[in-house]
Amino acid sequence: MAIFLSSESKIIVQGITGSEGRKHGARMIAAGSKVVGGTNPRKAGQTVDLGGSSVPVFGTVSEAMAQTGADVSVVFVPEQGTKAAVIEAVDAAMPLVIVITEGIPVHDTAAFWAYASDKGNATRIVGPNCPGIASPGKSNAGIIPADITTQGRIGLVSKSGTLTYQMMYELRDIGFSTAVGIGGDPIIGTTHIDCLRAFQADDETDAIVMIGEIGGDAEERAAAFIEANVTKPVVAYVAGFTAPEGKTMGHAGAIISGSAGTAQAKKEALEKVGVKVGRTPSETAQLVRELMADS
Amino acid sequence: MDLFEYEAKELFAEYGVPVQAGKVAHTAEEARSIAAEFAAAGHPMVVVKAQVKTGGRGKAGGVKLAQNPDEAFEKASNILGMDIKGHTVHKVLIAEAYDIEQEYYLSFLVDRAGRQFMSICSVEGGVEIEEVAHTKPEAVARIGIDPLKGVDRAKAKEIVEAGRLPAPAVEGAVELATRLWAMFSDEDATLVEVNPMALTTDGRVAALDGKVSLDDNAAFRQDHERFADPTAADPIEARAKEKHLNYVKLEGAVGIIGNGAGLVMSTLDVVAYAGEEFGGVRPANFLDIGGGASAEVMANGLEIVLSDPSVKSVFVNVFGGITSCDAVANGIVSAIGLLAERGEPVDRPIVVRLDGNKAAEGRRILTEAAIPVVEQVATMDDAARRAAELASLAATGA
Repeated sequence: MAIFLSSESKIIVQGITGSEGRKHGARMIAAGSKVVGGTNPRKAGQTVDLGGSSVPVFGTVSEAMAQTGADVSVVFVPEQGTKAAVIEAVDAAMPLVIVITEGIPVHDTAAFWAYASDKGNATRIVGPNCPGIASPGKSNAGIIPADITTQGRIGLVSKSGTLTYQMMYELRDIGFSTAVGIGGDPIIGTTHIDCLRAFQADDETDAIVMIGEIGGDAEERAAAFIEANVTKPVVAYVAGFTAPEGKTMGHAGAIISGSAGTAQAKKEALEKVGVKVGRTPSETAQLVRELMADS
Repeated sequence: MDLFEYEAKELFAEYGVPVQAGKVAHTAEEARSIAAEFAAAGHPMVVVKAQVKTGGRGKAGGVKLAQNPDEAFEKASNILGMDIKGHTVHKVLIAEAYDIEQEYYLSFLVDRAGRQFMSICSVEGGVEIEEVAHTKPEAVARIGIDPLKGVDRAKAKEIVEAGRLPAPAVEGAVELATRLWAMFSDEDATLVEVNPMALTTDGRVAALDGKVSLDDNAAFRQDHERFADPTAADPIEARAKEKHLNYVKLEGAVGIIGNGAGLVMSTLDVVAYAGEEFGGVRPANFLDIGGGASAEVMANGLEIVLSDPSVKSVFVNVFGGITSCDAVANGIVSAIGLLAERGEPVDRPIVVRLDGNKAAEGRRILTEAAIPVVEQVATMDDAARRAAELASLAATGA
């Protein structure tokens, strides 16, 4: 079953007529995903061509859901309009909303997260500033390249897009049940812990790879969660050991404040609960390899 | 973007948060004449405060009281040019001194774990809050703030009472907190800290210091560029910013170019590990060229990285996810050509690791181009090692 997505997932793209929406809509279809439509209030009633497939454009998310039965939305709406787009999807009770857009003000993310919480978190939000979710052989919702890996039994959760791709590629012979890019912003919807919980419950996942980076204490909290709740083996990688204090390293959330949020502290917290932490991405992949060979 | 104290206080004043009257001086002479203005208005006593974007200014001797304009001149001469945690003091704030009854702490910030905002408030102010949290945790209140509700007077009262502020300060602190929240919210701030927030002997509550961080992602709807300080930024960082490159200057010898923030951070670490073998060679910078690196972006990136004289070798580390490696390889080839045309031929070794989407084509393009300074290595770990080795060889003149 993998997590969050299935081969039956019906995906719409919010912002389907923009260049990113069209490009990645086509890539998702090429990867075998069911992209059933998209939204743009100014182009309702039209269709867009996604790599040879003609896909309808709806005015609103609720209309798209009513017409197509969509249960996943991938948001490419630019940062000025992302908050409104996510709130619209939450109002429509879209079960899963994946926010790819980067550069969203943290006040906007805080607001749409609070809005979703007020509605009882009926909508799972992934992102923002994330590459999305890929369940190889089933569905691909977002911008994770489909052809760099295969279907298998590793679950992966990561703050970083390119490190996700690197890891999926290094372990392509073993393969993945699901890879979730949760994004590197200070406030995100779905967390490491949410994914760990889902992977633990997933009967198609045997081992979990967790990729973290400097900033905040999500990895430390994930370590506590692993100790109490996760029996499947977990291997981790943390980026940013050489990052200086007080400098944002690319991702808005990747910043060490004072002595808080260092890679060293995260590594220690994870190792303390028995998680093996690789020094490099390749070494991390090697740890997974050894672990899968043992089991 | 982090603001100087005087800029933070300008913003505070715009939102009606009480602050002392103050002016910025770049020279000791200016400091004297500003103090003289205050003296003429009946406030001879001033505080001379170093303006640097780091904490611990008081401990470093960067904050001094002056009884009169001559003393302001003397204190300012001592403070200007001082080095505080690697920051040179180029300006001082001359602020009217207040008679203080008690000092408190108040801040608003992003609560990453709670996916909301938070206020921290304490009756123990004027010292670092981390220290108070350590020695007197019961004196530090952390109150979550619902982003959809914000901070009204009732919420502000909850915050200051949780911080155990005494009765005479409550009304003023509530007023200050609601105005400060308006600033935090309307200006897209990620941190607003007032330490100390003071109760004066005549019963007023005011912000005697201010630390503000603004969200760079909100640039599209905020006029924060007015706070940009080109003189404070590292000159290479400033030029990289002009070219829309995500660059952070570090202290090592291996220039780094990669795609994706996580991969680049990881590249820095892997180079530092590999560098341990070569006497502690370290990465010289962070540079994320993002997805779909064109020849121009690659040329700009290379030029920026090579403009740092401490760079002895460069490591280009690209994993093609969406980016295809053939485009990156073409980018590297044309970048080196472009730099030669600009009269800045590349004179330092470049180690390239391409993997992922169309890696084979990318590698072939680089092999066929046969550029003497370009060396390809198959894996990230080996490439990092080679780049560290080359930097170490160059440094020792071998």
